[in-house]
Amino acid sequence: MRARTIAAGLAVAALTLPLAACGGGGDSSSGDAKTIKIVYRNYSDFPQMDTFMKEVKKQFEAANPGITAQLTPVSSLDSDYLAKVQLMQRSPSTAPDVLFEDSFNVNADAAAGYLLPIDDYLAKWPDWNSQFIPTTKQAGKAVDGKTYAVPMGTDSRGLWFNKDIFAKAGLPTDWQPKTWNDVLDAARKIKQTQPDVEPMYLPLGKPAAEAMSMQTLEMLLYGTPTKNLYDEQAGKWVAPSKGFQDALGYVQTVMKENLAQTAAQAEDTQWAQTQMPLLMSQGKIGFMMDGGWYARYWQDGGVAPWPNWSKTLGTTKFPTQNGQAPGNVTLSGGWTLAVGASTGNPEASMKFIETALNKENSASIDVACSWLPVREDVKADPRLAATDPTEPFWSSLVSFTRYRPTLAEYPQVSNAMDVAGDSVVNGGDPAQAAQQWAKDVAKAVGSDKVKTG
Amino acid sequence: MWLPPLAPSIVLLGLFVAGPILWCFYAAFTNSALSGIAARRPRFVGLDNFTTAFTSPDVAASLWLTVVFVLLSAVVGQNGLGILLAVFMQHKGKVLRGIVGTVVVAAWVLPEVVAAFAIYAFLNAQGTLNEVLGWFGMSQNWLYTAPMLAVVLANIWRGTAFSMLVYQAALSEVPSDLVEAAQVDGAGPVRRFWHVVLPVIRRTVVTNLMLITLQTLGVFGLIYVLTAGGPDNKTQTLPLLMYEQAFKFGQIGYGTAIALVLLVLGAVFSVVYIRSLKAEV
Repeated sequence: MRARTIAAGLAVAALTLPLAACGGGGDSSSGDAKTIKIVYRNYSDFPQMDTFMKEVKKQFEAANPGITAQLTPVSSLDSDYLAKVQLMQRSPSTAPDVLFEDSFNVNADAAAGYLLPIDDYLAKWPDWNSQFIPTTKQAGKAVDGKTYAVPMGTDSRGLWFNKDIFAKAGLPTDWQPKTWNDVLDAARKIKQTQPDVEPMYLPLGKPAAEAMSMQTLEMLLYGTPTKNLYDEQAGKWVAPSKGFQDALGYVQTVMKENLAQTAAQAEDTQWAQTQMPLLMSQGKIGFMMDGGWYARYWQDGGVAPWPNWSKTLGTTKFPTQNGQAPGNVTLSGGWTLAVGASTGNPEASMKFIETALNKENSASIDVACSWLPVREDVKADPRLAATDPTEPFWSSLVSFTRYRPTLAEYPQVSNAMDVAGDSVVNGGDPAQAAQQWAKDVAKAVGSDKVKTG
Repeated sequence: MWLPPLAPSIVLLGLFVAGPILWCFYAAFTNSALSGIAARRPRFVGLDNFTTAFTSPDVAASLWLTVVFVLLSAVVGQNGLGILLAVFMQHKGKVLRGIVGTVVVAAWVLPEVVAAFAIYAFLNAQGTLNEVLGWFGMSQNWLYTAPMLAVVLANIWRGTAFSMLVYQAALSEVPSDLVEAAQVDGAGPVRRFWHVVLPVIRRTVVTNLMLITLQTLGVFGLIYVLTAGGPDNKTQTLPLLMYEQAFKFGQIGYGTAIALVLLVLGAVFSVVYIRSLKAEV
């Protein structure tokens, strides 16, 4: 009997020991100072980052013998990337050492304790002080005043329009709309003259997620007399607001008059990512309200290569609601590289970022992704304008650009915006959706942190 | 003496099944989140998540959609079609049984995501169904105009094989002298099925209903690929709502509270089935 008990005990040990080993093995991937784990997004619509990281890994490992950069691409659409990465960050054994992170989420992740403050390391990096453009540094700075991420590139938003379609509709090919109505009227004219063309595109629907809240709803909201989503001076979120309701009203007009993609297309989980750049290149869309990085989809190796894109397409600024000062609106975001809080080797992780964002590499990723440079010495790089003739236009918008509120609660406010926008896309009432949004915001940030606007 | 040999499985079950469930119970009473300050220091919020859930029109709508989805696709669709197929194929030739069986089981064999993409390719705006209907000028975007019907059909297509196999096995166990006796007494095929076969396989029916109900309650991938819960939340069953709140909106605490609502719904269905099993005819 004794022997049996011992045997059983051994069996238990045999079964549980590998588990313990699992735990230990997992830890070592980030605790081990010899290996750093690099996490970024890799998907058919975004192969550029993978190519880039492979190159940086080569350079980094050559310059830092004995240290391995373990590339861990996450395969997902943009909208799922965030949740996947945050789940990895919850456990130190899976947390990244270096992370490709959307700037709007830096604050929330810093508050969650996922990111390492890197001010001390940045102070010792000459490029950071001499080359990085001060306004773009804000992308990685959190409300606590510490910096958690280094910007890779920034962007701006406006209108892309097809000059051929505009000419056929009798619209100017140097289009400069002054009000929201000018934009809508152009769409109406295209609809009348070319019924088989979808007059406009703007990010809409649940699958668009942050793209709908930022590029559509906030672009509109910031151009209304309400102007703001967050009142910096009062320290309060502006909800409910007339401006937000008007923004939803604009979406309602667009949907009701069939001026943009259909609700069915907007709700299709694949359409915007796979079909949109292609439809634009086939001349099936009149104009679109989106970011300057769209150029990368039409370049060689993009999802919809289109040799003539820069000749056929024009770019113009998006107007304020009634043409009131300052006349135009644009928003900027951008992507960053951050260091995970549980990294076993912050020095090596920072070195990886310094390699990835040195002059040469920073220029190559900005060119590949059609991002706007964040370094002074990259701005002058001739490759930028050579591969993307619209780059100077998108760059010029940065002079009056606005950023999303850099607060930890922003992602929740933005989610509530998506819910409101999605209901209007599907025929909901803007006033009701705006009221519900205000309630959701008050719940997320606290009812003492909101004001009416 | 029973403990030592069972210990390994108890340890494993405890770690990988009971552990997560207990954690889920705990998290449902906190404001735990994927990011932000609540990710670092989740606070105990008592019943807040549940009061939000029970006053939320979204949860009520999802609960209703879940019940509709289970009743239509599992109880009526998979179960009904499964038993029909099994009955009709009972005394047919080997070839026919082979062909029908293969066609039905093929959907069951496919991994969930592959099956979902197959039906997406069939139903979407440029899909096979629309190409064919287009010849008659009747094409439309089924995933948008009739999303619930689309996911119900998808789940029936995918899950009927299981019910069919269960019923095929059960029917072969029905004593043939019983059926023949009824036939001699002059009972037609419908009466024979209703009064002789069905009472004999009653336990199988209930067991099958229980299994496919619980399976359908948890269906996520199929709906996520087809409609992602949309359009306008028309196919947002509880698993999709839970996923959206927990992982899209990062509200882990609230998401787990919805998971518990789903657990209770599953328990309610189970109790109904078990009771109907106990009640003697």
